[in-house]
Amino acid sequence: MARISDPIGIMGWNVQIFDEMLGADGHTRDVYRNLNDWFSQASPEVLSSRFSEAEAFFRRIGITFAVYGDAQGTERLIPFDIVPRMLAAKEWAFLKKGLEQRVKAINAFIGDIYGNREILRAGIVPEDLILQNPTFRPEMMQFRPAGNVYAHISGIDIVRIDAETFYVLEDNARTPSGVSYMLENREAMMRLFPELFALHRIAPVDDYPDKLLACMRSVAPKTASREPNVVLLTPGQYNSAYYEHSFLADKMGIELLEGRDLFVRNNCVYMRTTEGPQRVDVIYRRMDDEYLDPLTFRPDSTLGVPGLMSAYKAGNVTLANAIGTGISDDKAIYSYMPEIIRFYSGEEPQLKNVPTWCCREPDALRYVLDHLPELVVKEVNGSGGYGMLVGPHSSKAQIEEFRAKLKAHPEGFIAQPTLSLSTVPCYVDSGLVPRHVDLRPFVLCGADGVEIVPGGLTRVAMKAGSLVVNSSQGGGTKDTWVME
Amino acid sequence: MLSRTANNLFWLARYMERADNLARVIDVASRLASLPSAFAGKSNEWEGAVASASCRDEFFEVYKEATRENVIEFLVAHEANPNSIRACIDTARGNARAVRTAMTSEMWETINDVWLKMQNVKLKDIRDNKLNDFLSSIKEASLRFDGAANRTMLRTDHFYFERLGMFIERADNTARLLDVKYHVLLPVDEPVGGGLDYFQWTSLLRSVSALTSFHWIYRETVKPWLVADFLILRREQPRSLIAIYDSINQQLNMLAELYGRQGPSQRNARAIFANLQNAKIEDLFQNGLHEFISSFIVENNKVGKSLAEQYLL
Repeated sequence: MARISDPIGIMGWNVQIFDEMLGADGHTRDVYRNLNDWFSQASPEVLSSRFSEAEAFFRRIGITFAVYGDAQGTERLIPFDIVPRMLAAKEWAFLKKGLEQRVKAINAFIGDIYGNREILRAGIVPEDLILQNPTFRPEMMQFRPAGNVYAHISGIDIVRIDAETFYVLEDNARTPSGVSYMLENREAMMRLFPELFALHRIAPVDDYPDKLLACMRSVAPKTASREPNVVLLTPGQYNSAYYEHSFLADKMGIELLEGRDLFVRNNCVYMRTTEGPQRVDVIYRRMDDEYLDPLTFRPDSTLGVPGLMSAYKAGNVTLANAIGTGISDDKAIYSYMPEIIRFYSGEEPQLKNVPTWCCREPDALRYVLDHLPELVVKEVNGSGGYGMLVGPHSSKAQIEEFRAKLKAHPEGFIAQPTLSLSTVPCYVDSGLVPRHVDLRPFVLCGADGVEIVPGGLTRVAMKAGSLVVNSSQGGGTKDTWVME
Repeated sequence: MLSRTANNLFWLARYMERADNLARVIDVASRLASLPSAFAGKSNEWEGAVASASCRDEFFEVYKEATRENVIEFLVAHEANPNSIRACIDTARGNARAVRTAMTSEMWETINDVWLKMQNVKLKDIRDNKLNDFLSSIKEASLRFDGAANRTMLRTDHFYFERLGMFIERADNTARLLDVKYHVLLPVDEPVGGGLDYFQWTSLLRSVSALTSFHWIYRETVKPWLVADFLILRREQPRSLIAIYDSINQQLNMLAELYGRQGPSQRNARAIFANLQNAKIEDLFQNGLHEFISSFIVENNKVGKSLAEQYLL
C-alpha cells in the first residue's frame, strides 16, 4: 500500500479555511490584536498613501525580478502587501525546532547517499530513486566537503492549515531565493509604519547577511588564509534573481562574480582583479550544478568556470551549496522525508509532511488517477510553480493532459491533496481581504551549527481564492513579524 | 577590485557623460537654428550637430537630409544609432545593474530614474514642444550622477575608475566640439570673425556652460583663438583639455599609489599633460588647430586603451 496516511483528515473538501487573524471563530487572535486595531482605525486615505509609498519605494530601489518567457520586458515588480503577517513567539519556537531538525537530517542524508549509503542499505529509501535520479551527482561520491556541510542555505516552504498544524510543502536545498525580499520588505515596513513597530516587539531579521557570511567563512577550506575570500557567483544580470545576488553581495561586502571573472590554475580558483589574480576560498554560488563547470557538466555552459570541479574536489575551494544537493529537493524523496528524519535523528519529525502519493508506486498511481480533479500534481524535479496541476482549478482538458503524462511517466510525479492553506489579511482597494499564504524560512547550516533568522519570506497568492504563491505566477510578498 | 567591475564603472561614467554631451549638442543646434536667417542662411546647424556627435556617416545612411526632425530623432532615440541618448542611458543602466554593489544607492537611483523616465518619453512630444524639458532632464541626470558619485563614493579604486571614464569621455567631447566648429560649421564663403562666426563661437561656449565665465577670464568679445585658448589651455576652465588632463593624472596617480606600481596609462597621460602645459595658443593656430586636435583625440584614445590593458581586462 502507498505510504500515505491522513492523520487529521484534511483530505476532505469541506474543510474550514483558517484565517490567521480571525482564527476559526471570527475573534481576532491575540497576536494580531494591535495590528487589527490600528488598521481598523486608519483612514482609507492613510492606507492608500502608504500603499503608494511602498510601490514607489520598491520601484526606486529597483527590486525587480525577471520572468522567463515574458516578452513584455524583462523586469517586473513583485506585488508587495502592506499588512504584515504575524507569528507568535511560541509558534516560531515550534517551527524553529522543526526546521533545525529537518535541515540537520537533510545534510546527514546527502552526506550518507554520497558516502556509505546506510539509508539505502537499511531499505528506507529505494536505491533506484537515488542512483537514477537526474539530480544525483556521481562526481560527489566519496567526497567530503569542508565541515561536512552540504546544504549551507536551505529554504523550507511551510504552509499552515489551522491553529496548530503546519506542513512542510517542499524543501529547497539547491539554491533557494527570496531572502532579499524578506530583508527589503522589513526595510519598507520600517519606513512606512514606524508606529506599528512602536506597538510591537518584533524580532529583527537584518543580521541575516552577517550570519550568512559567518556561515560561509566557517566552511572555508583548510588551505585558506585566516581571512578567507568569500565571493558570490551569479549567472549574470539576466537571471531572474539577479537583484538578490547583487543585494546579498552588497550587504555581505563581498565581490559579485560572473564565471568569466574566475579562472582555475593548478587546481586553485582565482578572480581577475585590477591588481592581478586573487585567490578565492569560498564560492556562494547562485547557479545550478549543470552550469558550474563546462569540463564536468554541460559543455555548452558559458556561465561557469572551466576546471572548477577539480579545484573543488582537490579541497581548495568550497562551494555553497555543495554539488548534488538538488537530490533532497526531489519531490519523490520529499515523500520519504519523515523516515529520513527518524533515521538520522532518532526523533519524531517535529514538522509534518503534506500527505503525498508517490506516483512511482502502483497503488498510489491508481489512487491519483482516480482522484485527479481534487489533487495537486507536481513534477518531482519541478520548481517555481511551473508544470503543476491544481485539480480543482483546472479544466477537463488540462486534467486529461496530466492523466496522459502520469500514465507515460508515473515516476516523474507526485500528488498531494489540495490543502486549505491559511489566509491572512491583505490590503486591496476595497479594504482588507483574506488571501492564502505560505512561509519560506531560510536556514543556515555552517561548520558550527544551524542558524535561523526569525520569520522568513511570506508569499501571498494575490488573486482571490488562488493557491499559487510563486512570484513567477503572479504571487506577492509581505513582511513576516515574529513576536518576541 | 574586479577588472569587470572597474570596466563597468569606467564605461558607465563615460556613457552618462556622453548622454550629457549629446543633450548639449542638440541644445546648441536648436539655438543656432533659431537665429534670423540673415545669420544662419547658408549653414546647417543640424548637420553640424550630427558632426559634433561624431555620427555623420551613420546618420546619412538613414536619412537624406539633416532636418531638425531627422537629427533630433537620430540623436535622441534612433535604433540605427548605437550612441543615441536613449542608447547611452540604456547602456549606462546595463553597466550599472551589472555592478550595483560597486555603486552607492544615490548613483543607482539617479540612473534608474532617468532610465525609467526615458521609457515614457515620446519622440513626437520632444520634437513638438518638449525639447527643452527633455534636454534639461538629461543634463540634470548627468549633474546628479556626477554629484552623487562625488559626494557618496568611497575614495577607493572604484571612484578613480568612475572619474577616469568621465574625464576621458569629456576630453574627447570637448576636442570634437572644437574641431567641428573650426572646420565644419562655417560655410566657406562666410568671413571668419563675421556675424555667423561670432554666434557659432558663443554657442559653442554656451554648450559647455562657459559663456559667462569666458567674459570673466578675458574681458573681451568672443574671438575664435580666445575660445580655443579657453577650452584647451586654461586651467581655470574645468572643461578645458588641460584641466581635464590634470584630473586624469590625479586619478591615475592615486591608482598607482594604491596598487604600488604604475604603467603605460600613467606615462601616456603625463605626456599629454606636459604637452598641453608647454603649448601656446599662437603656436597651435600656426601649426593648424585641426591637426592639433586630431592628434589629441588619438592620444586621448591611447590613454583609454592603455588603461584598459593595464587594469580592465
